[in-house]
Amino acid sequence: MSSTPLSLTTTSRRRLSRARISNRVFTATLWITGILALLPLAFIVGYVVRKGVGILSIHFFTRTPAIVGQSGGGISEAFIGSALIVGMAILFSVPLGLLAAVYLSEYGTGRFASMVRFLSEVLLSTPSIVAGVVIWTLVVVRLHAFSAFAGALALTVLMWPIIARASEDVIRLVPQELREAAIALGAPKWKVILRVVLPAAVSGLTNTVLLAVARGLGETAPVLLTSLGSEFVNRNPGKPTDTLSLRIYQYALSPVKSWHDIAWGAALCLLVIVLVLSVTARYLTARGRRNAR
Amino acid sequence: MSLTRQTAEVRAPMEGSRRARLGDVLTKRIVAIAASGVLALLLLIVVVLATGGGKALHKFGFGFFTSTKWIPTEEIFGAAPYIFGTLITSAIALVLAVPVALGLSLFVTEVCPKPIRGPIAALSDMLAAIPSVVYGLWGIYVMVPWMGTTLEPFLGRTIGKVPGLGALFHGNPNGGYNIFTAGVILAVMILPIIASVSREILSTVPRELRDGAYALGATRFEVVLGVTVPFARAGLVGASVLGLGRALGETIAVSMVIGGFNGHIGFSLFHSGDSIPSLIASNFNEATTAGAERSSLIALALILVVISLAFAALARLLVRRANRQMRASFARAAA
Repeated sequence: MSSTPLSLTTTSRRRLSRARISNRVFTATLWITGILALLPLAFIVGYVVRKGVGILSIHFFTRTPAIVGQSGGGISEAFIGSALIVGMAILFSVPLGLLAAVYLSEYGTGRFASMVRFLSEVLLSTPSIVAGVVIWTLVVVRLHAFSAFAGALALTVLMWPIIARASEDVIRLVPQELREAAIALGAPKWKVILRVVLPAAVSGLTNTVLLAVARGLGETAPVLLTSLGSEFVNRNPGKPTDTLSLRIYQYALSPVKSWHDIAWGAALCLLVIVLVLSVTARYLTARGRRNAR
Repeated sequence: MSLTRQTAEVRAPMEGSRRARLGDVLTKRIVAIAASGVLALLLLIVVVLATGGGKALHKFGFGFFTSTKWIPTEEIFGAAPYIFGTLITSAIALVLAVPVALGLSLFVTEVCPKPIRGPIAALSDMLAAIPSVVYGLWGIYVMVPWMGTTLEPFLGRTIGKVPGLGALFHGNPNGGYNIFTAGVILAVMILPIIASVSREILSTVPRELRDGAYALGATRFEVVLGVTVPFARAGLVGASVLGLGRALGETIAVSMVIGGFNGHIGFSLFHSGDSIPSLIASNFNEATTAGAERSSLIALALILVVISLAFAALARLLVRRANRQMRASFARAAA
């Protein structure tokens, strides 16, 4: 008796079960890879928190480094230096990046614009040490001094393309209708950009700045060649200046045990600041997208 | 977009306000200058490095790239070990990171339950946000000892015995400060970058194609292997090349764990070495300007930036073309 059309032959049944098994294996592999890939995050963050949290005290934030052999001491100069250098870098890179982004989003239809867009994407991959070497040659040599100013310029080299490219995407999210409505009311284009487009994009633009700050705070190599680092509190842009990242780098490589502890504490602070900034930016971006829809 | 421009043109002749027109011209000019600044920046980087490195390149000529000796006291500078160190650490990173990153992005787009999809993507982006120097610190105190005492001796005993391939995993791990450790740390660092670009690429594969395959009775495995991945291939290659570009230029974490080049040249990944960025980071501030040392370091920076930006450009082109193809085929499917 022949089988009914719907029942399966033995070979096709075997093939089906093989397909099912390989599918299971594949799905399991993906689960394992997914978890495996995120393990380093847990390891690193967990370890930094465990090693770093014990050293944090009032003195850690208010004092400058202790002399070798003495216990205690803090890294207040690194917090102030990081704020000074990244603050100046923001001052330089945000206007430059924003203007370039306005060009790309509001006027950027031609061949020149697509070249700028492409090259600013490529520049996102500039090795950070290269920014240090360039600014060392241009600024440190000319002024005969390592300085916070040079450090800020080195960070600007890295942050400008980031802000330009990310802000363009944000500005493009502003609904076209808003621009058309403003133009219909007789507003000139510059006024449309300044009074309608940019205010509408302001929360998204804040996020790009947050991300750029996070990137700038974490960079070590460019400030190593330009700001050098210092043991003292410095508020003068023309003098060598410490940053959190430089302090971690120097203490990590030193042979002094108490300095290693401080390096872990500094790493914890840096990690918390950077992660809070990027998580906030991410959250705000997601919310902004939802609101735009 | 086109509507705006039309409206503006129609309005222009009627409009009397000269100030408004002047404002428009001025605005356009200012933002265009800022945009050209991005091009100028690239040009500036290349010109500054070429000028600064000129002395060394002129003095040593092509030998700069092939010589393996770097002796500041005798004014002898050869870049070969550092170029090699850069390429080999990045290659290790790529080999280790690409499969895991691809797995992670497929996990997020295909397998993982919807509610935890966002959080997983967020965690992977957090991994990308960890500063290089923190990786380096963790590397020195956790990775290096573990590599030196546990993983690398183990690899030496097992893969090290295989003829041919074994040469890579041979010899004394040097306490863990070596090329292999640097490659592993780099792998962790570029993983989230490759994963996030791949994720974007994979999520743009048209639903219709995958649904069609599912409707034909294909399993998830068959859909991913037969439809999703082939369709997104160019973009996935682009994502990996982007990660490679990042690995080539990574500085601080590598310089903290790679050990420093000590003149020994061999196949083994267990030797300490230097990459171009790690050499610059550890020697630049102490270098003498009188001789050719500083100029040699600047010439190395030039080589580095040319290589990594070339890979970055290639990657962006691949990703962009992949996106365009996808949009085109999506339009075809919709029509």
